[in-house]
Formats: sequence, C-alpha cells, structure tokens
Amino acid sequence: MATTARPAPEHSPDAYGEHSGLWSWLSTVDHKRIGILYLYTALFFFMFGGVEAIIIRAQLGAPNQHLVSAEFYNQLFTMHGTTMIFLAIMPLSAVFFNFLIPLQIGARDVAFPRLNAFSYWVYLFGGIFITIPIFFAVAPNGGWFGYAPLTTRAYSPGINIDFWVIGLQILGISSLAAAFNFLTTIINLRAPGMTLMRMPMFTWMAFIVQVLLVLAFPVITIALVFLLFDRFFGTNFYNTVSAGADPLLWQHLFWIFGHPEVYILVLPAFGLVSEVLPTYSKKPLFGYPVMVYSGILIAVLGFGVWAHHMFAVGMGPIADTFFGLTTMLIAIPTGVKIFNWIATMAQGAIRYTTAMLFGIGLVALFTIGGISGIMHASPPADLQQTDTYFIVAHFHYVLFGGSIMGIFAGLYHYFPKITGRLMDEKLGKIHFWLTFIAMNLTFFPMHFSGMLGMPRRIYTYDSGQGWDLFNALSTAGAMIFPIAMLIFIYNFLVSRKRGEIAGSNPWGAGTLEWTIPSPPPEYNFAKIPTVTSRYPLWEGKEVDYEDARINSQEGKTAADLGIIMPYSTIKPLLVALGLIVMFCGLISSRALIGVGAALMIFSLYSWLLSPLEPEHH
Amino acid sequence: MPASVAHTSAPTSHHYTTLGLDSRKVAIWAFIGSECMLFVSLISTYLIYKGRSIVGPFPHETWTDPATGHVFKPILNIPVTSASTFVLLMSSLFMVLALAAVQNKEKPKHTRGERVLGNSKLWLWMTAIAGATFLGFQAFEFTSFVHEGLSIRTNLFGSSFFTLTGFHGAHVTAGVIWLVTLLAIDYRRGLGSKDSLLVDIAALYWHFVDVIWIVIFTLVYLIK
Repeated sequence: MATTARPAPEHSPDAYGEHSGLWSWLSTVDHKRIGILYLYTALFFFMFGGVEAIIIRAQLGAPNQHLVSAEFYNQLFTMHGTTMIFLAIMPLSAVFFNFLIPLQIGARDVAFPRLNAFSYWVYLFGGIFITIPIFFAVAPNGGWFGYAPLTTRAYSPGINIDFWVIGLQILGISSLAAAFNFLTTIINLRAPGMTLMRMPMFTWMAFIVQVLLVLAFPVITIALVFLLFDRFFGTNFYNTVSAGADPLLWQHLFWIFGHPEVYILVLPAFGLVSEVLPTYSKKPLFGYPVMVYSGILIAVLGFGVWAHHMFAVGMGPIADTFFGLTTMLIAIPTGVKIFNWIATMAQGAIRYTTAMLFGIGLVALFTIGGISGIMHASPPADLQQTDTYFIVAHFHYVLFGGSIMGIFAGLYHYFPKITGRLMDEKLGKIHFWLTFIAMNLTFFPMHFSGMLGMPRRIYTYDSGQGWDLFNALSTAGAMIFPIAMLIFIYNFLVSRKRGEIAGSNPWGAGTLEWTIPSPPPEYNFAKIPTVTSRYPLWEGKEVDYEDARINSQEGKTAADLGIIMPYSTIKPLLVALGLIVMFCGLISSRALIGVGAALMIFSLYSWLLSPLEPEHH
Repeated sequence: MPASVAHTSAPTSHHYTTLGLDSRKVAIWAFIGSECMLFVSLISTYLIYKGRSIVGPFPHETWTDPATGHVFKPILNIPVTSASTFVLLMSSLFMVLALAAVQNKEKPKHTRGERVLGNSKLWLWMTAIAGATFLGFQAFEFTSFVHEGLSIRTNLFGSSFFTLTGFHGAHVTAGVIWLVTLLAIDYRRGLGSKDSLLVDIAALYWHFVDVIWIVIFTLVYLIK
C-alpha cells in the first residue's frame, strides 16, 4: 500500500492526447476507448430510461390521473424495462468488462479488438433502433418480457412489437459477440502466474457472466426468431387459436434466458463491490475461494429456477415444488456472498469514500431484495404477490439496490483509472445519500401497495383502496433521482477536466490494474507482469516489485517500447451498419435488406482479410 | 510456464497466451457451445410440438383431410434423406483430409497416393461440393414438401420442421461459403502448414454442423 504515499506524478492525464477527433473514436479498437464509448452511451440510455420512469411515477402519483394515455403508458413501462436492462445495466457492466478485464489479468487488449469495436457499434445502433419509436408513440408496448401470444400479429398488429423483436435480436448479436470475446480473453490472455484462483474477483464474476451470456442468449434468440417468423411469415409457433400451439412455449424459452439474465445483470456489480470493499477496508477479500464457488453455484442454479416466474400459470405441484426449492437453494450462495462482504469489512480500517458508501449500499439493499425474493420462492405466497407492486419492489431492490449501486461504486472507484483524475468526494457523497434516500423512498412503499393488491402495469387506479399514500411516497422518491443524477453528471464532467490528478494508485488498492499509470497507456503494460499473488501491490515488498516499477513509467509510446498494437479500423462499424440496415429492411423496404447485406458482407470480408496489426519482426 | 510456447508460428501467436493456443481456437469452442444451446432450443420446440398438429400432413402418419377427403401420405422421405445424410457425413471425412493436407503441405511427397492425399484444394473442393449436394437435397425436399401441401404455415409440424432444418441448412450454407473462401485463399497464395489454424477452426465448425445433423436426422426422421 506504499503507493498512496507516492507524490502524484506530474503527468497530464488528458487521456489519449495524440489520438483525438471523431475519426479516432469511430475507428478505435482499443478496449479502454471502447469502454469509454460504452460508458457515455450507457449513461445516456440510463438517463433516458430514468425519464421514462419519472413519467410513469408522475402518472401514478395520485389516483385517476391522465397525464399519459393507457396506450402510451404501456409503451413507457415496456421501454423503461427494455432500456434499463438491455441498454443501461448490461452495457454499464460492459464498460467495466472492457476497461478492466485486460488490466486485471495483465493483457494488452482483449483477444479480438476489432470484434470488440463491432459489439459496441451494434449495441449503439440497436439501442437507437429500439428507442426511436417512442418519439412517434409507436414504441414496443408488450412489456420487456414480450409474452407471446399477446405479442403475435393477431393481438399486437402494429409496428410496435416489430421494433422490439428486431431490436432485441440486434442487441443479442452485440452481447454474444462481446461474450465470446471476453470469455476468450479471460481464458487465454492471462499474464504468466495469473492462475484462475489469483484472478481479481471482478474478472471472476465477469468470467461467469460471459458463460451465462453464451448459454442463455441463444435461447432468447430462438424465441425471438419464432416470434419474428410468426409475425412476418405466418408460422404457428405461438398460434394458440387455430394451430394448437402451446401458450407456455414463449414463457419457458423466455425465462430460461430471463433468469440467467438476472445474474448477468447483478454478478458484475457483485464483482465490482468485491474490489471496492477490500480496498477501503484495507483487507483482502474474505473467503476468496468461497466467493468464486458461490458465484459459480449461482450461475449453475440460475439455469434451474426459470419457472418461478410462472407459478401463476398452474404447472402443477411437482413443477411448483421443484422450482420453489431450487429458488430457495440459490439464496444460499447469495447469502454466502453477503456474509463474506460483511466479514471483509469487519475490523477493517474502513474509509468511507463515495465508492465504499455505494458498496455498503449494495450489501444492505441487495439483502432486502434477496429476502423479498425468498418470500415469493414459495408458490402459495407467490400467487398472492405475483403481478403486484410487491414484485416491482423486489426486483428494484435487486436491480437498483444491487446492480446500479454496484455500478456506481465501480464508477467512483475506477473513475481515476479511466480519466487520471479524482472525482469530487463531497459531491459524490451528496449523490450517494440522495440516491440512497430516493431509492428507498421510491421502492420501499411499493412493498405495501403490492401487499394491498395494487397490480403492476395499470396506468391509473381509483382512490379508496389504500394505495394513495404509498403511491404518493413512491412518486416523491422518484423525483429525487434526477437531482442526484444531475449532481453526478456535473461532478463527472467537471472532475474529468479539473479533478485532482490521481496517480497510478490513488486508493491504495492491491490488484494489477493499479500498477499502471492513470489513464493507462495504449499498451497497458510496458512489460507483461509475472503474477505471484492475488493482491500483488499488498505484498509488503512493493519496492521490490520490479514489474510494477517498470509498468508505472509514464509518457512512453508503444513505438518507444517496440510494442505492436492493432491498427485502427472503421470496418467493424461498417459491418454493424450493414447489419442494422438489413434489419431495418425487414420493417420498411425489402430492397434495404439487399443493400445492408451487401455492405455487411463486403465490409466483413475486407475486415477478415486485412491484418490486425503490423507484421512482427 | 507456458511462456516458452509463446513464440510459435501462426500470424497472431507472437503474443503471449495463457494456454499457448491461438485465441481463435478458444473462441470457436465458445461459439460452438453457444450454438449447442441454439439448436437445443430449436430441437426441443420441435419435439414439444411433435404430434400436436391439428391438421396434416404429418411426418410419419397418413392423414385424410376431412374437408376434401384427400389422403396425405407420411411426408418424410427417409431413403432420400439417408442419402443426403451419407453425403454430409462423407464431407466430414473430406474435411479431415483437407486439414491434414494443409498441415503436411511442406512435407515431401513421393508416391501418387501421397500427392493426392496432400492436395488441399482437392479435399476442400470435395468438402464444399458434398456440403452443396446436401443443400441440393434439402432444396429438393423443401420444394417437394410444399408441392405435397406442407408449408411453413400449414401446421405446428411444418413451422417447427422448416425452421429447425432451415436453420441447419443456413449453417451448412455458411460453412460452404467459408470453405469456398479458404479455397480462394489456397488458389491465390497457397495454404501452408502455417495456415492450418484457419482450416482447423473451419473444420471444427464443419464437424459441429455435421454432428447436429446426426441428432436432427435421428430425432426428426428415424424416431417415429
């Protein structure tokens, strides 16, 4: 931890000075810059989904309001869920996958830098594609889960669901491409000595998430293909009326994807908090191997609990019992994580930085969401709670209290590594407390309105049902979020330019990414380090840590060091563009399909046949 | 330490890798794992919908249309599909020979047999032609089904059958394009042992698509 004592280097952290301008961003294949692209895009969509939520809460603030129509309300809650899951939380996790995985394992980039750029551009274009229709009030309106047969042409004749089916298909391509890339990176680009059981916990959780993505996304791809074929080519997969299709086919396929998706959303946040809590407690993570095994167990069990989303359809006692039990079982590894975090903090020299506060916030709030989750693991209890605001309260404690709190912890913790400057801690703490209060004020009363029977997805309600007060409280809480978010954005933008210079290891953390300058040079590590422990910077022999001394040198370019870096290229963007044009053709003119396919195939061949980097001599 | 294997041949392997393998080889296995889930979803749906179609034609049973009295014979043509399956299986053998030919490109060849076995273009052509032949069989099968009254819209069987086998056919098509691309490279600059990884990952994909067909052929065609 001696690095904290070092004077901050006199190095201008104005990142990537020699590579600036729009073209450099369009053609970048550097995992750190792609991470930054993900960061800005995902923060934008996070705020966009937030605005949708605020309109929803404004509408529900008092009984019998007509701020928005019932139809537009359907679009709002559908797009709020879809945006937050696919365009905000997953890509915010991808920010850290991109930025951190290579740094934490001692690599110079991801395994396939151009594929990485392709993933980002597909995400961006897919996000725009699925978001645009709400400005014309033709946004998807079937819920983020898009239950068929409701979403088939017979019941949803408009173009709304077409945007949803195609949009999710596009986003799935982005997620899968990224997952193959990160999975390969973690398996194959670890520095010498970086054994699996020495990997930082964030990388471990990221590793598990990539496996989940690789196995879960194909299932929703097929569910969506069936829906697409039903809507466009008249197939019968969800045609329950005249063809005898199974009304539960979609639900099974969707939730076989959908439940692992929950862990895809929350495990990265668990990983980030597992970096944050040890750093600010000055203690190694408690029970590292158990943290790894519980993460793996969560992922494995996560594939065996999907039908707890479907207790209300009447699957019979055997299925209900099985899925109730597996769901309760999954609380064990999750509880182990909670206790290990608490044990990590116990008797530590705790520093209450903003990142630490968000980390502790996750431990507290996720626990509440976890406990309400165990309540509806029991089918009889679930029959009372399903489709009420109790469920909304539950999954917001898990996804906001878990994922978002963890992501903010990660953002404050890694902001200095990304930008080279520190964020303002005073504003950060105001942001934390406002978020913490807003979160609890918004979502805690939903437990009560749900228990009193208020159903989800209704656009308004009559007074006199005991829901008025709780809804007013939830709405009041929701109005605090934008204030908190504006403070964060202000802090982010100002600190990025004028924050205090951070130096390579401002927090005295122990893992590999803190041995290199902030922001890291293009090549990350001047010398690929040899790893001997889980916290190389905490070995008490930091002065002797030769690799860290070499790697903390600043101002050297890749050329100075004779390091070969990949060429910048626009081709991944062009392939992504071709793909989008192709999909746009499905809902507009068929000729576009040909144009898009031609652009895609031409750019793809040009990409595959051009070298990644200069020849090695 | 695997550091010692870092400096092998192949275009990108001058970078250190943990396993000493090229990353593309790791990625193709991850991709195949993902593809398994894709086909598991398709095959499960087919099996769930098996025997649940309200109207015919059916795969293994005759069906009389109550409205017209027209009798539809069982629609699956097992002898023809067995032939196409055999062709596809043979293509995997050709693929193995193509990979071996590329790997042993620089070894001296003395007999005529060694020269034939070492001809990468020949075996890549054979693999691609066998794949294309399989696709021809499938095109024939699809059109004859449509003539006999089974389209993708007819019933649950039609929807799940055409989607499942169509997805497989699309994978074979992608494989044939991949093989033709390798052939183009072979004609332009000659594939040597340093390129064996390129052929290796194509072969892994090709064998995977083949294995999936064996599963489909068994579950859809052979089991009644």
